[in-house]
Amino acid sequence: MNNTPQSENVLEIRDLFIAYEPGRYAVKDVSAHVRRNSITAIMGPSGCGKSTLLRAMNRMHELYPNIETKGDILLDGQSIFSMSVIELRRKVGMVFQRPNPFPNMTIYENVVAGFSLNDIRLKKSQRDDIVENALRNVALWDEVKESLYRKGTFLSGGQQQRLCVARAIAFNPEVLLLDEPTSALDPIATSKIEDLLGELKKKYTLVLVTHNMSQAARISDDSMFMYLGELVESGHTNTLFTTPKDPRTEAYLTGKFG
Amino acid sequence: MSGDRITKALLFISSLTILLLGAGIVLSLFGGAIPAFREFGLKFIVSPAWNPTTGSEEYGALSFIAGTVITSILALIICIPMAFSTSLFIAEYYNGTRTSSILRSLVDLLAGIPSIVYGFWGFYALRPLLVATGLSDQGFGVFTASLVLAIMIVPYATSLSAEIISMVPAELKEAAYSLGATRREVIFSVVIPSARSGIIASFILALGRALGETMAVTMLIGNANVIPKGLFAPGNTMASVIANQFGEASGLKLSALIAVGLLLFLITAIVNALGKLIIKRFA
Repeated sequence: MNNTPQSENVLEIRDLFIAYEPGRYAVKDVSAHVRRNSITAIMGPSGCGKSTLLRAMNRMHELYPNIETKGDILLDGQSIFSMSVIELRRKVGMVFQRPNPFPNMTIYENVVAGFSLNDIRLKKSQRDDIVENALRNVALWDEVKESLYRKGTFLSGGQQQRLCVARAIAFNPEVLLLDEPTSALDPIATSKIEDLLGELKKKYTLVLVTHNMSQAARISDDSMFMYLGELVESGHTNTLFTTPKDPRTEAYLTGKFG
Repeated sequence: MSGDRITKALLFISSLTILLLGAGIVLSLFGGAIPAFREFGLKFIVSPAWNPTTGSEEYGALSFIAGTVITSILALIICIPMAFSTSLFIAEYYNGTRTSSILRSLVDLLAGIPSIVYGFWGFYALRPLLVATGLSDQGFGVFTASLVLAIMIVPYATSLSAEIISMVPAELKEAAYSLGATRREVIFSVVIPSARSGIIASFILALGRALGETMAVTMLIGNANVIPKGLFAPGNTMASVIANQFGEASGLKLSALIAVGLLLFLITAIVNALGKLIIKRFA
């Protein structure tokens, strides 16, 4: 709509507080930004609020009843809380901890599920293009092109997770949120997903929650370290891992807790 | 070691007892039904005659088969929208809220009401209402029976469907929400398709209950041993005719009643098998 040059930061989180119950904050006063075409890893021990922060970025956290949110998150300068949730989630896609292809749909239907769920009618040729592109982008096309009309649940765990990535990028979103996407996968499938994320950042901006520090170190450009709902430290991954400023970050990185 | 063997033997004996009991029931049903089938052959199933006059005795089960199938299916048709929407409300829309748990308890309470009480209620509350509408002279008939039958099976179908619906994994719903689906789209494109076979199963189980239900139906269907001529005409079901007539029956008539019982058993078995087949196909 506007022709102002796109700023480097896709997401701006401003003084964000999130509480599941009144007064009990899962995310406390977090301000941060996410750079375009980068991978940002959010780390921290269990219960530190990293998943909540991630889910806030496409307002998935609002699925919980009685959630309280203060502060703001801007996507390309526009508050996500002033957008329609549906529009936001098409721009900010999500991949979950466990592969969750729709069991009643074929591989093909899973990739275009975002369109069919939203009653967006496409021509067969358009759909075919979207499916092929999305599957090629997640390096799954050659493996499944002969079985597009089989159920997605027949695939291996790693293939299912790549199918879920394909489903999320079929909309061509700006940002892809990944909530511990490899925690249910074996090492080989994990490394394939990690390679894939490295490829995907050329087109999209990725935000990744992980409790696997070496994964964060391997693939992320920027890192955030959260502890007890607070954003303790954030910055370039190299800097954060080699010269952490906060003693809590250092303690976590050296395995003293978490 | 020996403790293990004793447990194993005990479990084996219990299972065997159940098996023998089942076989015994089927055998005595078959045995009791033989005279009737020997007399009337397959005509017993296709004939609507029910004439106990000595000398010109003639028995056929068609009226009762028709009565049972019509009332049960009509009850199922009335039950489906009620049970389906209630289970969605309980298990999806208002899941986890007070409203939902109160409604859940109420549904369970309804399931616990004895059949005779439903019959009573139908007789004294529902029947006069039907008379008042002018659709039926005395209020007895297929429709009245089906309506009470539907109300009786709604709690079963509801609580089973609700159970199935609440078992749909949260991660599937989240996946759909993350793709920008609205709540309605999530429910109709993810929740219902995932729960479909279970929902169908719960309605088939409900149908099974309706087929065998006796007391409330007997009180409302009018107990006319004919094929019902219309929705508001009286008829009789297989279970009702047995309940009404077994006490004074002997000889060929008793055998005919047992044969009706055997047919009811077979129909119920077929319905259940059909249900399982459907579930297999969708699963």
